Amino acid sequence: MRGDDIGQPLLEIRHLEKRFALDQGFLETLRFRKGHITRERREVHAVNDVSLGIARGEALCVVGESGCGKSTVARLIAGLLTPSSGSVHYDGTRIDTLSGRALRPFRRKMQMIFQNPYASLNPRMTIQQTLEEPVRNHFHGLPRAQVEDKVAEVMRAVGVDPNWAKRYPHEFSGGQRQRIAIARALTVDPDFVVADEPISALDVSIQAQVLNLMLEAKDERGLTYLFITHDLSVVQHFGTRVAVLYLGTLCELADTATLFANPRHPYTKALLSAVPQLKDDHPNHIRLRGEIPTPINMPTGCPFKSRCSYANDRCGAEQPRPLRQPDGALVACHAVEEDRLG
Amino acid sequence: MSLLSVRDLVVKFAMRDQTVTALNGISFDLNRGERMGIVGESGAGKSITGFAILNLISRPGFIDSGHVMFDGMDLAHTSDKALRTIRGNRIAMIFQDPMVTLNPVLTIGQQMVETLQAHRSLTRRDAEKIAVAKLREVYIPAPEERLQQYPHELSGGMRQRIIIAIALLLDPQLIIADEPTTALDVTIQADIMELLLELCQSNNVSLILITHDLGVVSQMTERTLVMYAGRIIESGRTRAIINDPQHPYTQGLIKALPQQTLPGERLKQIPGNMPALSAIPPGCPFNPRCEYTVDRCRTTIPELVRVGPVEVACHEVQRMNRDTETEEQTA
Repeated sequence: MRGDDIGQPLLEIRHLEKRFALDQGFLETLRFRKGHITRERREVHAVNDVSLGIARGEALCVVGESGCGKSTVARLIAGLLTPSSGSVHYDGTRIDTLSGRALRPFRRKMQMIFQNPYASLNPRMTIQQTLEEPVRNHFHGLPRAQVEDKVAEVMRAVGVDPNWAKRYPHEFSGGQRQRIAIARALTVDPDFVVADEPISALDVSIQAQVLNLMLEAKDERGLTYLFITHDLSVVQHFGTRVAVLYLGTLCELADTATLFANPRHPYTKALLSAVPQLKDDHPNHIRLRGEIPTPINMPTGCPFKSRCSYANDRCGAEQPRPLRQPDGALVACHAVEEDRLG
Repeated sequence: MSLLSVRDLVVKFAMRDQTVTALNGISFDLNRGERMGIVGESGAGKSITGFAILNLISRPGFIDSGHVMFDGMDLAHTSDKALRTIRGNRIAMIFQDPMVTLNPVLTIGQQMVETLQAHRSLTRRDAEKIAVAKLREVYIPAPEERLQQYPHELSGGMRQRIIIAIALLLDPQLIIADEPTTALDVTIQADIMELLLELCQSNNVSLILITHDLGVVSQMTERTLVMYAGRIIESGRTRAIINDPQHPYTQGLIKALPQQTLPGERLKQIPGNMPALSAIPPGCPFNPRCEYTVDRCRTTIPELVRVGPVEVACHEVQRMNRDTETEEQTA
């Protein structure tokens, strides 16, 4: 089943799954059970059967709490991880099975921005070297002057003075480093940018600067974004559509306006109600029972059932599929389907 | 009479080649049962304020001058021995990362009993009884079993609840919570904040909540201090500050939040960065980033002055108010 209805998507993932083995070596897998030595492989189910498409020019936000698999989705799409099953398609081509060489043109078109600009820039390279490297790598034989022009152009575009190109990352503040990380993504003229919590490590006033920069880049360069975040106010501002993940499973996928005006899934409702509001004196926060279960040995049925106040026997036995609602939203919830949320 | 009264507190750090000022003359009062927020960005001095109240500034930092009056005692000038009767007993502190705060090699029970026995002469059994009661107060399921568990066996939200229970063990009069939920997820954050609010209200405990999140301050506190580069630049009722901020920095902080702008439109951004402590500009520390800066801002440090319901340290607030009034009239 396709996750949505947007015509030919620029990027599409189908039934994507990623499991990480917990026990690495042979000896770690041995267990002593009932007088016998048996082999057992425990796995973390980070992403479970997620399907969605991202149309050209969109900014799809993926939200969820820590451990819900949002960063894993980003890494699977960017090709930094190989899916356990399912597929990733870019502009009609399946890319998750391509070899390193065949993947290169796609690596240029898809760039990634990471959360921590203190870790994602090489401390031993000047900004000039950092920004030149991807250009030289992807445009072999480009004359030196043109490479330098390119670097100066992106530096100006992100608001960092090109005269500072000879400096090292430690000479810049967190906000400036994140601008440089964005500049590095832009040097190779990508179409698609995966941003994994790009502003979470920054202060409020700096977050606004970086978000504005990313919006500008979107308008001027026609970028398509996959934006991973846990901050719902940023989603409302930046995203065109939102995917809500819980325990590696898609709960709800909808247009941003639809999702914020009319959240359907009980988890989405709880998530939205938990955001501290500025002007509201009397928060109406939905208290969830318990805490997120571990994604080791995934529960049968709905992954959210242990914290959901609407869970019944069916939720315990059968995993809900994402179903389309009249306004186009996709919701995976038996209670929504049976209309017993009230 | 106020429970805590901080006067002209100055904290400095002796670096190799210079001494930098991290807190530059902080004064405020806190009443019994009152909840106050301290907001600001990294480097504003909000955590240092929390530590300085308990005289926990460690070298190379030191309290240079000023007073922290708590119940007739000046904590800034008290022996460590006397401070030990205050710390954890009458003033408790909750830190950001619950994994670092709890001792990983002691069970929850050992840590709670240790805290109790350090301040009260109690038998182990009596101390455990109090510990179980406190764990129940913070809605920990099966509290008797938790006493036997180690911190790593518990989730982040559970650990932070236990830390709150430990903070409440000795019925303190003041809790200083330094970014207590920053390391937690939103749904857990909302639970913990609700719990903290409930406990402060039911036990008439004062709270100083240090955070960068204006939404949290807005929901939790009655009064707010806004800090910038080691100074209080605005203080007053939380509602007044959120609804009608006076200082250009506070205005900038609130306008920079995505909720304040229509989706897809450019956010109002504050240009530049918070200055490093070693490079705080002369005059108003905010002047290089401020759109209302005039000559006086570059030379004279503004004092906190009452403007309507709040106190603001800004030379240009009067002029700014006039500007907005005329704007509103023309609009």
